[in-house]
Amino acid sequence: MELALNQPAPLLKRLSWFDWLFSAIVAAGGFYALSRFGEYMDIYEKGILLAAIPAISVFGWFWKPFRVLFIVVGAISLFSIIQYQGSLARMEQVFFLKYLISSQASIMWMCALFGLATLAYWVGLLARSEFTLKTASALTWSAVAMGFIGLMVRWYESYLIGTDVGHIPVSNLYEVFVLFSLITAMMYLYYEARYQTRQMGAFVLLVISAAVGFILWYTFDRGAHEIQPLVPALKSWWMKIHVPANFIGYGGFSIAAMLGVGYLLVDRGILASRLPKPEVIDDMMYKSIAIGFLFFTIATILGAMWAAEAWGGYWSWDPKETWALIVWLNYAAWLHIRLVKGLRGPMLAWWAVIGLFVTTFAFLGVNMFLSGLHSYGTL
Amino acid sequence: MNTVSHSFGKSVFELMSSMRFAISLLSILAVASIIGTVLKQAEPYNNYLIQLGPFWFEVYEKLGLYDVYHTVWFLAILTFLVASTSVCITRNAPNFAREMKGFREHVTEQSLNAFKHKHEAETTHTPEALAASAQRYLEGQGYKVKNLPREASVLLAAKAGSWNRLGYFLAHSAIVMICVGGLMDGNLIFKVQQLLGYKKIETRDIPQSQVPAISRLKPSNLSFRGSVQIPEGSSADVAFLNVADGYLVQELPFTVGLKQFRIEHYTTGQPKSFESDIELFDLAGKKVREATIAVNHPLIHDGVAIYQASFADGGTHLTLRGWNLFSPTAEYFDVTGSVHQNTELTSVAGKYTIEFIDFRPFNIENMGGDVQPSGDTMSVLGGSPVSENKHLRNVGPSFQYKLRDARGQALEFSNYMLPLELDGRWYLMSGVRETPNDAFRYMRMPLDAGGDIDSFMRLRGVLLNAALRPEIAARFARQALPENAWNTEIEAKLKFSATQVLALFAEGGFQSLGKFIEDKVPAAEGEKAAGTYLRILELTAFEALQIANRQNGLPPPKIDDATGWLVRDTLNSMSDMFVYGAPVYLQLAQYDEVKASGLQLTRSPGQNVVYFGSLLLTLGVFFMLFVRERRVWLRIKPGHALLAMSSAKHTIDFEKEFTLHAQALDTLAK
Ligand code: HEM
Repeated sequence: MELALNQPAPLLKRLSWFDWLFSAIVAAGGFYALSRFGEYMDIYEKGILLAAIPAISVFGWFWKPFRVLFIVVGAISLFSIIQYQGSLARMEQVFFLKYLISSQASIMWMCALFGLATLAYWVGLLARSEFTLKTASALTWSAVAMGFIGLMVRWYESYLIGTDVGHIPVSNLYEVFVLFSLITAMMYLYYEARYQTRQMGAFVLLVISAAVGFILWYTFDRGAHEIQPLVPALKSWWMKIHVPANFIGYGGFSIAAMLGVGYLLVDRGILASRLPKPEVIDDMMYKSIAIGFLFFTIATILGAMWAAEAWGGYWSWDPKETWALIVWLNYAAWLHIRLVKGLRGPMLAWWAVIGLFVTTFAFLGVNMFLSGLHSYGTL
Repeated sequence: MNTVSHSFGKSVFELMSSMRFAISLLSILAVASIIGTVLKQAEPYNNYLIQLGPFWFEVYEKLGLYDVYHTVWFLAILTFLVASTSVCITRNAPNFAREMKGFREHVTEQSLNAFKHKHEAETTHTPEALAASAQRYLEGQGYKVKNLPREASVLLAAKAGSWNRLGYFLAHSAIVMICVGGLMDGNLIFKVQQLLGYKKIETRDIPQSQVPAISRLKPSNLSFRGSVQIPEGSSADVAFLNVADGYLVQELPFTVGLKQFRIEHYTTGQPKSFESDIELFDLAGKKVREATIAVNHPLIHDGVAIYQASFADGGTHLTLRGWNLFSPTAEYFDVTGSVHQNTELTSVAGKYTIEFIDFRPFNIENMGGDVQPSGDTMSVLGGSPVSENKHLRNVGPSFQYKLRDARGQALEFSNYMLPLELDGRWYLMSGVRETPNDAFRYMRMPLDAGGDIDSFMRLRGVLLNAALRPEIAARFARQALPENAWNTEIEAKLKFSATQVLALFAEGGFQSLGKFIEDKVPAAEGEKAAGTYLRILELTAFEALQIANRQNGLPPPKIDDATGWLVRDTLNSMSDMFVYGAPVYLQLAQYDEVKASGLQLTRSPGQNVVYFGSLLLTLGVFFMLFVRERRVWLRIKPGHALLAMSSAKHTIDFEKEFTLHAQALDTLAK
C-alpha cells in the first residue's frame, strides 16, 4: 500500500552531484577570495563574503539554471581578467578583450542581445512560434551572462586604474542601470520557467530595452561609462547590500507594471488569444510585486541603517528617502487592494502600471529634479 | 442615548479597521509626503520670501510647508495610521490567534460539501488505514494533521502555513513600533514646550554664550540632532539645532575638541576621505577619549553619536600684500587677517573694511574645457572606461573676501595665490563680483621674467604718474622720429599726442581713449585713429618700462616678445583696473591654514525601537507574502472519502496544490 507518491524527499537527498559541484566551486571561490584579498577587507566585508557562499549555494539549488549562469560568468570573467595581465592597455590590444569581454565590450554585447531578445519575443508572440520564443529566452540568458561578465570585469578594471579607485560596480547611475537590466531579466526568466509561458517576455523585455536605451544614450552622449572614484559618503560596505536589494525591488515592480500592460490588453481582447489567461497574468503580477515589496522593504531598512551611519540619522526626510517611502506605501496599498473584494482586475493592473511611473521617479526623477543628501553635491 | 454612542463608537472602530480606510491612509500619506520633496525644506526663511513673495510666503508658513514632516497635520496622518493599524490588530487578533492554534475540527459534512475545492473518491481501505496513509502523506507535504476518529468514520483536519497569520501580527505591530520609535526621536517634546512658552527659538545672530536659557536645551535632553563647527585646536560643548527660521543651543554632556581635520584627494582631485581627530573631555575637563572619525565611521560616546558631516575654514591666518592700484608708486603695504574676521583698511581712496570669507587650499579647475566624449561607436565598443579628462588641475590656494566701503557697499573678491597659465603666459588672477549669484570677472596681472607682478606694478605706477609723462613723451618722440626730425614741429606734435594718449589712458584705460576718439574724431577716421593711438600707447608704455627699470636700478628691458607681451598685458590689465571696483589688490603672500570640521551630534533613543520594528516588519512581510496559509480536511467513511481544501487567498499555487492532493487521494484510496 506504500506508493510512489511524489513525497518531497529531505532537502539534502534531493541534491544532485551538480548541485554539490556548484556549491564546491562557490565555496572554493569564496575562500580563495578571502585568503587572497582578506587583508584589504574590513570585518563587514568579510562577513558579506562568507554569507554569500551559502546564500549563492542555496539559491543555485533552489533555481537550477542559476548554477550554470554562475559558472559560465565566473569562468569567462576569470579568463578575461587573466588576459589583462595586470595592464589596462591590453584592453585595446587583445582581440578578445577589445571586441568581446572587456567590461565595456561585454556590456555593449549585453545591450545588443537584449535588443535582439526583445525582437524575438515579439516575433514569437505575433507569429505564435514556440521556437522563436525559445530563441528569445536563450538570447535573454546570453545577455544576462554578458552583462554580469561586464560588471565583474569592470570591478577588476577599476582596481587596475588605481587600488584606491577600485570599487564594486554598483555606485553610479550607469552601473546600476546595467544591474537593473540584469536583475529584471533574471527575475523574469525565473517566472517564465515557473509559469511555463514565454509570451509575457515581449512586454517585460520592453522595460529592459528602455533601460538599455538609457545606458546607450548615457554612454555615447555623456561618457557615463567612465569609472570614477567613490566619494567618501559611498565608501561603505552598506552600499554592497543596499543597492542590489533596491534593484530587486525595482525589478519586481517593473515586471509587474509590464504584466499590468499585458493584462489590460487581454482585458480589452487585444492579443488575448496569444497571451496567457488573465488569472495567470494576475498571479504573476502579484508574485512580482510580492518579491519586489519584500526586497524594497529590506533595501529601505538597510538604507536607513546606512544613513544612520553616514549622515547621523536613520531618517532625514531627504527627497530620495521620502520617495522610497512613497513607492513603498504605494505597493503596500496595492497589496491591500487585492484583499478587498471587488477591487481586483483592471484596477489592480492600472495601479501596477502607474506604480512604475512612481518608481521611475523615485529612481531617476529624484536625481534629476530634486536635490538632497543623495546628490552628493557636498561632501 | 447609550446605544447611539455605542453604535457610533462601533462604526468608528469598524471604519478605522477597514481595509479601504487603510488603503486611503497609505495613499494620503504618500501624497502628503510628496510636498516636502518638491519644496526644499528648512531653507532660510528669506529664500522662501524671495521665491514666493510676501503673500504666498505667509500662506505657506501657516500651512507649515517649510517643515512639512513636523507639522501638526502630517503628524495627525501618521497618528491615524498608527491608530488604524492598532485597531486593526486588536480586531483581528483574537480570530487570527484562534485560527493559528485551531484545526477547525468542528466542520460538518454539510459544510465540507459546500466547499468550492472538494474531491471525492471511492475506497476499498478501511477508514483507519486510509486515514493513516493520508496523514503520512499530508505530513510529508508540510501539514500539521489532527486525526479525529468518529463513530464509523474518521476526520483528518490539517493545516499548513500558520505563520502567515503570525506575519500579519509582526508586520502590523512593526508599523506601530516604527512610528513610535520615530516619534521618540522627533521634536514633539520641544513642540509642546514651545507651545506652553517654556522654550523659544533664537533667531538672532549672537555668540552662543549669550543665547538665553529659554533657547537652550540641557544635556539631559533625551533626543536631539544638532551640528557644530569646530576649528582645529578648539573645542565645543554645545551643538546647534536648526528649527524653523532660527536655532536652539543644545548643551552637550561632554566637550569635543578637534585636534586635526584632514582631507585626502584622489589623483584626479576628487575628495577621497574626510577625517577628524577628536578628543572628548568630561564636563570637569578631564580627557576621557580620543578617536578619529570619518564619513561612514562615527563615534558613539555616552549615547551621543558623533559624525563627520562637513568641513569649512576655521579661521586661516592670512598675510597679504596690499597694492594701491591707482598710486603712481609701486610699493605694497602689509595686511594681515583671518578668515571669518574683518580688518580695517585705510587707503588713499578712503576707509574700507575687509571681510574675510573663506580660504581654499586647493582649487581643482578644468583647464582644458569640457572633453567631448567621442561619438564614435567603435571607440566605446572596444572602449575604455578609464576617464580621459586630463585637464583637471589643482591651481593652488585662493581666498575670498568682501571689501566694504564707508557707505556700506561691498563687492566680493576671489584671489588666487599662484599664477595661472593662460594662452601660454602666466598671470595672477583676481576675480570680482557684485552678488553671490554672479560669476566672477577676472583681472589678470602679468608676471615678469622673475615670476613676480613687480614689473607690472612698476610699469603701472610710471604710466599713472603725470610728472613722468613729458619725459616718456620725449623719449617716445625721439625713438619714433629720424634724427633730422628732432626738435621740429612734428616732434612737438608727436610729444603732445603721446602725452594726451597717456593722460587719457591714465584716466580710464581703453574706454577713455575710445570715448575721446568717438567724441573728437570723425567717424570715418575713427578706426584709423584708434590704431594710431594704440600704437602710440604701446610704444610710450615701452618707454615707460625703460624708466621704471632705471628708477629701480634694473638693466633696460630686452627687446623681445616677452617684453612686448608684458607691455600689452599691463595695458590690458590696467584698463581692467578701472572697472575692477576696488582701489587695492590684495595679494596672498603667506597663509597659516586652520581648518574646521563640521560635526553632527545625535542622540536618538528611538533608533533601536525603529530597528527592532524593522526586523519584525521584514519577517512579517516575508511570512505574509511567502507563507501560504491553507487547510485540508479529509472525511473518510467506509468506502468513501471526501477531501476539502481552503485558503484565505486563492492563488494559482493553491489550485495546483489542490489538484495534487486530489490525485494523491485517488492513489491512496485505490
Ligand atoms: C504601512 C502600513 C502597512 C503595511 C506596510 C502593511 C502591509 C501588509 C502586507 C504586506 C499585507 C499582506 C498582503 C497580502 O497578503 O497580499 C497586509 C495585509 C493586511 N493588512 Fe496591512 N499593512 C499596513 C497597514 C495596514 C493597516 C493600517 C491596516 C488596517 C486598517 C491593515 C490591515 C491589513 C489586513 C487586515 C491584512 C490582511 C491580513 C491577511 O488576511 O492575511 N494593514 N498588510
